[in-house]
Amino acid sequence: MNDLELLYRQVIMEHYKNPRNKGLLDDPTYKAVRIKNPSCGDDITVQTKVENGVIKDIRYDGTGCSICCSSASVMSETLIGKLKEDAMTITETYLNMLTNKEFDTNVDLEEAIVYRGVNKFPARIKCASIAWKAFEGTIEESE
Amino acid sequence: MDPYILKKDFPILDDKTLIYLDTAASSLKPKQVINKLEEYYEKYSTNVHRGVYNLSYVATEMYEQSRRKACEFINADFDEIVFTRGASSALNIVASSYGLNNLTSDDEIIVSELEHHSQVLPWQNVSNITKAKLVYVPLNKEGRITIENFKKVLNNKTKVVALNYVSNVMGYVTPIKEIIKLSHNVGAIVCVDAAQAAPHKKIDVKDIDCDFLAFSGHKMLGPTGIGVLFGKKELLKEMPPIEFGGDMNDNVNLYDATWKDSPYKFEAGTPPIAGAIGLGAAMDYINDIGIENIAIHEKKLKDYTVSKLLEIEDVVIYNKDAETGIISFNINSVHPHDAVTFFDGDNICMRAGHHCAQLIIKWLKVVATLRVSFYLYNTIEDCDRFIESVKNARDFFKSAGF
Repeated sequence: MNDLELLYRQVIMEHYKNPRNKGLLDDPTYKAVRIKNPSCGDDITVQTKVENGVIKDIRYDGTGCSICCSSASVMSETLIGKLKEDAMTITETYLNMLTNKEFDTNVDLEEAIVYRGVNKFPARIKCASIAWKAFEGTIEESE
Repeated sequence: MDPYILKKDFPILDDKTLIYLDTAASSLKPKQVINKLEEYYEKYSTNVHRGVYNLSYVATEMYEQSRRKACEFINADFDEIVFTRGASSALNIVASSYGLNNLTSDDEIIVSELEHHSQVLPWQNVSNITKAKLVYVPLNKEGRITIENFKKVLNNKTKVVALNYVSNVMGYVTPIKEIIKLSHNVGAIVCVDAAQAAPHKKIDVKDIDCDFLAFSGHKMLGPTGIGVLFGKKELLKEMPPIEFGGDMNDNVNLYDATWKDSPYKFEAGTPPIAGAIGLGAAMDYINDIGIENIAIHEKKLKDYTVSKLLEIEDVVIYNKDAETGIISFNINSVHPHDAVTFFDGDNICMRAGHHCAQLIIKWLKVVATLRVSFYLYNTIEDCDRFIESVKNARDFFKSAGF
């Protein structure tokens, strides 16, 4: 399989076709952040509910390419139930991995590890980042 | 013209695997232009209009020679050509200087959903500030600006008509000459965005009788950071400068100052000298080939590619009857950004997105489109490799489950 097949064949298509935790809630206990990439039309809103230091729930909605939409789904599945600090560490590690920076391989990225292949397609790094960056934003807002 | 010989002038195309189909965003640059930039930086990289020494005189002469070339290129007079950073900055000068100083809430500005952001946004801003009404020409079902529809929005309140000459997404040629005639009949001025026309189409500002016209160097083999604003001299004469600083002034006092005549009034600060000189070289290059020959070549490649794409199931073309070398299309159920990564893997450079023209993308009711655009260095083999890649992309995404 070439790099592109690797990228698409794994978890990405699964989550693109069967998105988890999709659809926003009208609930003020959630913090919401919207991020758009105006140059390509990716547009994701993430809602996070933090309770007693735990990521109780994440919801998202939006439009975009398969990498953008699937990464939002994978992000929500990976981070729900984690301690807030752990969720932030995973997010930071994930974003470092995408951008070819040094990252702590001891941090378990779970399914999100498949996006490692995105760093071979620099033009798509933004697609795979925005849902995670929006999540980071919701945590910063709740602090 | 022989694209196989011309290709050799473009250093980037030394990579024989590269297929460049994104000229509508920015063209490649031939070595004749690159060498001209080097010549300036190596031999006379001094300022213009200032130094009282020989080298500065040489730089000034080369810079002004490019202005004369621009005059000839679009049949304008010398003092009607303002060098700008590009078409965007040229259109902004018209909107900020002419628009903000001449329009009121009683007036109307006609634009269209086919405009690039650099034409629609400056006038949206003028509308917001002056309360002049922004009016959109309804597009026909193909997405074109037609005379019939234009007449529906033109009236005695119309003061400015701001439209494109060639659409950067649909590749349609606007019937601009007739639009200008109709507009002048009601006393409106017409500002033409010719960024997508100048590289591909002979422009004669006297023949079409436009009031303002803008284009960029980098889309027509020239350097980035240089563009041209044409304005009729009697209009430019009355317009205030919008940038103030060096070189544009005449007499400076403590509390007031006077300005040089146009075009210098609009060229504050050190201009993009190398860029202007490089643009002159780009115009020479185009003139040597003949712009009509370039247009025929692009159209041939575009028609051939459209005919082949129409045979591929799941490909939707939005502008199959365009007169210029632009094709906007999508592969059913594949997001353009997913598709473009596949093409990138085949070393094909093309555009995916809204092409800085969100209004037409919304009009098409799609999230974005793929776009290929042809120029003088493209060959029929480029088209064939692109068509093959479209088939492979379609097969790949289908098998991946899209």
